Amino acid sequence: MKMKVLSAPYLVWMCVFIVVPLIMVAYFAVTTDNGSLTVQHLADVGQYANIFVRSIWLSVIATAICLVVAYPIAFLLSRMEKHHQGTMLMLVMLPMWMNFLLRTYAWMTLLGNNGIINYLFGLVGLGPYKLINTSGAVVLGMVYNYLPFMILPLYSVMEKIDKSVIEAASDLGSNPRSVLFRVIVPLSVPGITSGITMVFVPAISTFIISRMLGGGSNLLIGDLIEMQFLGNSYNPHLGAAISLVLMAIILVIMTVMNQFSPDDQVLI
Amino acid sequence: MENIVSLKNIIVEFDGERVLKNISLDIKDKEFVTLLGPSGCGKTTTLRIIAGFIDPTSGDVLFDGERINSLPPHKRNVNTVFQRYALFPHLNVYDNIAFGLRVKKVPEKEILSRVGEMLDMVNLRGFEKRSVQRLSGGQQQRVAIARALVNRPKVLLLDEPLGALDLKLRKGMQTELRRIQQQLELTFVYVTHDQEEALTMSDTVVVMNNGHIQQIGSPTDIYNEPVNAFVADFIGESNIVNGSMPKDCVVEFTGRQFECVDKGFSPDETVDVVIRPEDIKIIPAENAKLTGIVESVVFKGVHYEMIVDGVDHKWTIHSTKYEPVGTMIGMHVDPYDIHIMKKTKEDEGTEL
Amino acid sequence: MKKLGKIYMALVLLFLYVPIFVLIVFSFNETKSRSVFSGFTLDWYSKLFHNRIIMDSLMNTIIIAVAASIISTILGTFAAIGINNMRKVPKSLVLNATNMPIINPEIVTGVSLMLLFVFFAARMEFEFGFVTLLIAHITFDVPYIILNIMPKFKQMDPHLYEAAVDLGCSPMSAFRKVVLPEIMPGVVSGFLMAFTYSLDDFVVSYFTTGSTSQTLPITIYSMTRRKVSPEINALSTIIFVVVVVILIVKNTIENRARKEKGGEA
Repeated sequence: MKMKVLSAPYLVWMCVFIVVPLIMVAYFAVTTDNGSLTVQHLADVGQYANIFVRSIWLSVIATAICLVVAYPIAFLLSRMEKHHQGTMLMLVMLPMWMNFLLRTYAWMTLLGNNGIINYLFGLVGLGPYKLINTSGAVVLGMVYNYLPFMILPLYSVMEKIDKSVIEAASDLGSNPRSVLFRVIVPLSVPGITSGITMVFVPAISTFIISRMLGGGSNLLIGDLIEMQFLGNSYNPHLGAAISLVLMAIILVIMTVMNQFSPDDQVLI
Repeated sequence: MENIVSLKNIIVEFDGERVLKNISLDIKDKEFVTLLGPSGCGKTTTLRIIAGFIDPTSGDVLFDGERINSLPPHKRNVNTVFQRYALFPHLNVYDNIAFGLRVKKVPEKEILSRVGEMLDMVNLRGFEKRSVQRLSGGQQQRVAIARALVNRPKVLLLDEPLGALDLKLRKGMQTELRRIQQQLELTFVYVTHDQEEALTMSDTVVVMNNGHIQQIGSPTDIYNEPVNAFVADFIGESNIVNGSMPKDCVVEFTGRQFECVDKGFSPDETVDVVIRPEDIKIIPAENAKLTGIVESVVFKGVHYEMIVDGVDHKWTIHSTKYEPVGTMIGMHVDPYDIHIMKKTKEDEGTEL
Repeated sequence: MKKLGKIYMALVLLFLYVPIFVLIVFSFNETKSRSVFSGFTLDWYSKLFHNRIIMDSLMNTIIIAVAASIISTILGTFAAIGINNMRKVPKSLVLNATNMPIINPEIVTGVSLMLLFVFFAARMEFEFGFVTLLIAHITFDVPYIILNIMPKFKQMDPHLYEAAVDLGCSPMSAFRKVVLPEIMPGVVSGFLMAFTYSLDDFVVSYFTTGSTSQTLPITIYSMTRRKVSPEINALSTIIFVVVVVILIVKNTIENRARKEKGGEA
């Protein structure tokens, strides 16, 4: 019996609902309403260069903060006793199970002009400060939401680093600092690259975080796309063109990341 | 004795690449046959053809005289012991062994007694309920054998079954397998790349290389009368040098002529000269035809292994006599220990 | 050094949990204030349960998640079996296409499906709603099923299937008796993953749903767009408690299973 046949229903599904829609995005990006070819929409994307720059900039900062914060956490987790590891890992991951919107909403109430942080500042005679609707709030939202995406892949590579490798390094004369930079960091490169992709991709394409924490003044690529499809400036052709550019940016990032990762260890 | 399995002019191609190049082989009933060769020689493919997992591109497979080319594996009266055992991890020892009988809808009562017999035979009584994942390699091995044998196949196929075991366990299992084969009077077709294993266990050894059968014979035949340089080299270590035959019973190599016992070559035909390391005797250098300087000496327990640099060739010698490195020694080989073999072209079998 | 590590860990956990605990505390607050706790009340909870929109969208979410994860598990399991038997090139081609919804930003998956549905809606007279939502959810669920099953094939001894056939099983029953039990853990974890992703999804749903079929995340989104509504706090608290309970139960079951397994040895 040919087992291959079993995949036929899925293959049809995949073509209709994964491949064709992506082709449609590309098609919409390079055609006008009456179907003639044009590069106008792609050229129009250039008008939004500032939004692209802001998106890339904010998500790079958020990714960097995630990496810096997550790396020690992942390391500490991986060196804990086995039965503590499970519990701690669950503690770190638990907020991720809350709905994304609720987590972001939590920061809305915290950062608000009459939110609890400004209230506490008020008690000691400071503020109120403008915390919400700033680019800092957007970065904070990204870090808060995507931090676990950085911890998890880092933890899973570090957990596999054999303790004897570290012992061997110190046996060969490495001090803790050089153990870190000569052994642990190089061995955790696959985790770093996949953590970076797992944080950067959702960060650069989000529209909820900027909408909820950034106010109207911190538009990101995601907002721009959303506006072309569901917002006031309905223009699916331009939206498709922006999506295409976004995909290209992500493709470049992932290719660069894969350069650093050994072939057999790409985590995603 | 009857032939139980016959392969006739089998050719197998995978993606246009020829893996078996015209193989013919008869396996007699109740015989222990070993397919021996380096990895990639086609021995496992041959086994899988008998099991029914591979359809030959051309040629016939006969079982008890009947052509079974298109018979699917589950309908063949042969069972296989797989390389890494392939035990079903979700079943315990008992259920693994009972698997084949349950498929054939044998009554549970009979299954109980037949599985019990098998457990006794492989010394695993008391392990019935144990998960197979928590058995040692040797125990898993025995479950695999029991699982195959409980179905009372006429032929048992074994694909490097001892490869994953350590040396000591392997030696023990070799004897045990041989005992089981003789006790049950079954035909075993055994695949291995370990020449020692092949020589100890088998009635017949089939040496394969490059998709061809090189030689079929009893272990003693194969060892003492290898038909070509490949077999000689594969079965134990050998010194192989280029030579020629000026006339019958005279061979010339390393620029000198030696007496030998082979004849029937055309004059000055180039040949392979094969000399086993234990057949080279150390004599004083002054009155020797072959001389050389000892380059290295390694103690091997029963003998010393020496590499002797004889300018034209580096000789490997096994000797109980110790000669220090740097000594000039003489070497002597008796005429009947000089084996002359026709040159075989790469990638070709010997006509048998 | 060890102490420093513990303090650091505690700080990060504080960062992760404080916002959630603030939500929980203020879900019991009498007034709508986000900063001053003026008195205890359960009003917001009763309001939440009497909110038709929320309850309806909760129902929708569960129906969609159950339906999408079941359908995608069936579709994906068969697909994985088939893909596993493919040759190298078509296999990597199909797996790459399968990975698209996972690698691509959600918003791209969302708008690409929206474009497709708009195209058909205009020609075939149907409305955005339950069906489009279900299709979208199945589409992003199936890859997770396949991704969870494929490694099981890799881990499985390739000779298991042959061993079963060798022992007399027909190909079909060999598959049922030997291969299926081996990939079952992958099927189950894939199903659970698909189910949680479906429950939680906002972005793809946002672009593919109509006004008739709101899911809970979409309702939450529109609530956060309006003025402060402590009902959301109450909802967050309930969701958080449910998540904690599920995770504790899951952990206890796993621990017990591990202990039992260990006990036999």
